[in-house]
Amino acid sequence: MAILVIAEHDNKSLKDATHKTVTAAAKMGKDVDLLVAGKGVKDVAAEAAKVAGVRKVLTCDHATLERQLAESMQAVIVPLMDGYDAVVAPDTTTHKNYMPRVAAKLDVQQISSVTGVEGADTFVRPIYAGNAMATVKSSDAKKVVTVRTTAFAAAGDGGSASVEAIGDPAGPFKSEYVSEELTKSDRPELTAAKVVISGGRGMGSGENFKLIEGIADKLGAAMGASRAAVDAGYVPNDWQVGQTGKAVAPALYIAVGISGAIQHLAGMKDSKVIAAINKDEDAPIFQVADYGLVADLFKALPEFEAELEKAGY
Amino acid sequence: MKVLVPVKRVLDYNVKARVKSDNSGVDLANVKMSMNPFDEISVEQAVKMQEAGTASETVVVSIGPSKAQETIRTGLAMGMDRGIHVETDEDLEPLAIAKILKAICDEEKPELVILGKQAIDNDYGATGGMLAALLDWPIGSAANSMKLAGSDMTVVKEVDGGLQTVKLTMPAIVTTDLRLNEPRYASLPNIMKAKKKPIDAKTPADYGVDTKPRLKTVKVTEPEARKAGIKVEDAAQLVDKLKNEAGVI
Ligand SMILES: Cc1cc2nc3c(=O)[nH]c(=O)nc-3n(C[C@H](O)[C@H](O)[C@H](O)COP(=O)(O)OP(=O)(O)OC[C@H]3O[C@@H](n4cnc5c(N)ncnc54)[C@H](O)[C@@H]3O)c2cc1C
Ligand SMILES: Nc1ncnc2c1ncn2[C@@H]1O[C@H](COP(=O)(O)O)[C@@H](O)[C@H]1O
Repeated sequence: MAILVIAEHDNKSLKDATHKTVTAAAKMGKDVDLLVAGKGVKDVAAEAAKVAGVRKVLTCDHATLERQLAESMQAVIVPLMDGYDAVVAPDTTTHKNYMPRVAAKLDVQQISSVTGVEGADTFVRPIYAGNAMATVKSSDAKKVVTVRTTAFAAAGDGGSASVEAIGDPAGPFKSEYVSEELTKSDRPELTAAKVVISGGRGMGSGENFKLIEGIADKLGAAMGASRAAVDAGYVPNDWQVGQTGKAVAPALYIAVGISGAIQHLAGMKDSKVIAAINKDEDAPIFQVADYGLVADLFKALPEFEAELEKAGY
Repeated sequence: MKVLVPVKRVLDYNVKARVKSDNSGVDLANVKMSMNPFDEISVEQAVKMQEAGTASETVVVSIGPSKAQETIRTGLAMGMDRGIHVETDEDLEPLAIAKILKAICDEEKPELVILGKQAIDNDYGATGGMLAALLDWPIGSAANSMKLAGSDMTVVKEVDGGLQTVKLTMPAIVTTDLRLNEPRYASLPNIMKAKKKPIDAKTPADYGVDTKPRLKTVKVTEPEARKAGIKVEDAAQLVDKLKNEAGVI
């Protein structure tokens, strides 16, 4: 079984999501190749060649691939699939954008956001906001799979795959990149962080997220939010954790002023330890929290920060 | 410009899904069903475009059981012009849905199709992209805002790093994200008016597409439950527990 894994990268470096996707793919079969499609991706390809368990790295280096837009990615991947039984990509927004296109062109039903791989054709995936887990078996000749990376450990380094350049994607394309407005942050990425602290509507304003910032600094945590906090404009959209935002599974998730709606829980209930601060003792978040603090966050957060300081953080 | 909006009838987002005791699926008997929330956002967008004079006709499509007609009526009550109901009792996969929608597009010739970025029941998030590929149209996924300028559509998309703007040459597919707009509630007079709006009755066979499922559901199970935790007294105890008991900081 030959499997093509699509690398997650920013044209400069390979992202951890790739290593996790390789782990998922390796459960389907042993011949795993990595595709690095982008612009000026020589360094990324060199990193990719070192991922343990990778047989070969394919690179497609072309200006139209700089942002990995849907049509150009489809144009690169579909012709390659003659030589593969499966294509697997992380379920980040980049790959969610074009994988359904690849699936439709191959006449295959995509299997989205899998959290378990039980062989070459059988997968486990959450449905209904994670309130049910479906095990599905695909009868398609080729498999098109996206992976919820938080469910898989990262493949290590130590590989020495060959690197091979492939031809340019064939256009023309009917969509073009205009601009990007990326949230700048020195913090770890939300989906890869060991500690995540998220604020909800209870924070009351964007300004009040400062109360969380100090704690995040001390713990080296990423910052997240509920949909309500994003909708209210307190914080950027890419902070949203949940069914329709990002799925996270850190060692510690701290929910502050978040009620715990099923859509929010869907994105964080696989965290190892959950702590919650909420003034309502009946808030549903406490049903999933290992440690619950019933308190007003405006009092509790400064105290929490001070206690961390005392403990040497 | 004609705008087509596919909408799915799903378990209401406020209802917690229950797994059937025989592990064959989720229990949908006697539970509240509603329009997929993302599809309400799509309908709102189409109606706004109609009000602004950029959409000349708005068509709402649903593929599903006879009750999916109610979902179409909801779209009509929000202001869509007419409906197409493709009746089937099978829970079709996104590939089959996309093929039916492709056939409908071939007939209806819309210039814009607005879908939800995902259906909150199966969480596939696949139909929009699949339809775009079948039609060879460009796509703007997870739209935060969209603007028509001549024969181009500028879409600001929600991406993992923030926002990304792309320009699509029409005809095009857009999938909606939560912050595109706030769907309106249908007023009583509009609900009454919607009863008179036409709905075409179709079946998948009318479109001659292969809807055979590609995935077999082996089983559907409850997710692992988290065990109940404890309440701490104050911030000091929280830090102590996280550090010395859980060892996560
Ligand atoms: C289609 C769809 C998709 C969705 N996707 C997501 C998603 O991906 N992620 C997501 O998060 N939501 C999502 N939602 C929204 C979800 O249903 C909830 O509305 C949302 O999670 C609520 O956010 P919240 O907990 O911050 O706000 P609320 O439910 O309003 O809760 C605020 C909490 O703050 C507490 N509080 C207030 N003041 C204080 C204080 N001073 N001190 C301490 N506590 C305080 C209150 O007790 C309350 O529990 C989605 C909804 C739909 C329909
Ligand atoms: N049965 C259906 N009838 C009409 N539209 C659908 C149907 N299923 C999915 N869609 C559309 O496709 C979108 C994404 O669904 P999915 O790919 O299943 O997550 C939905 O938001 C709808 O716009």
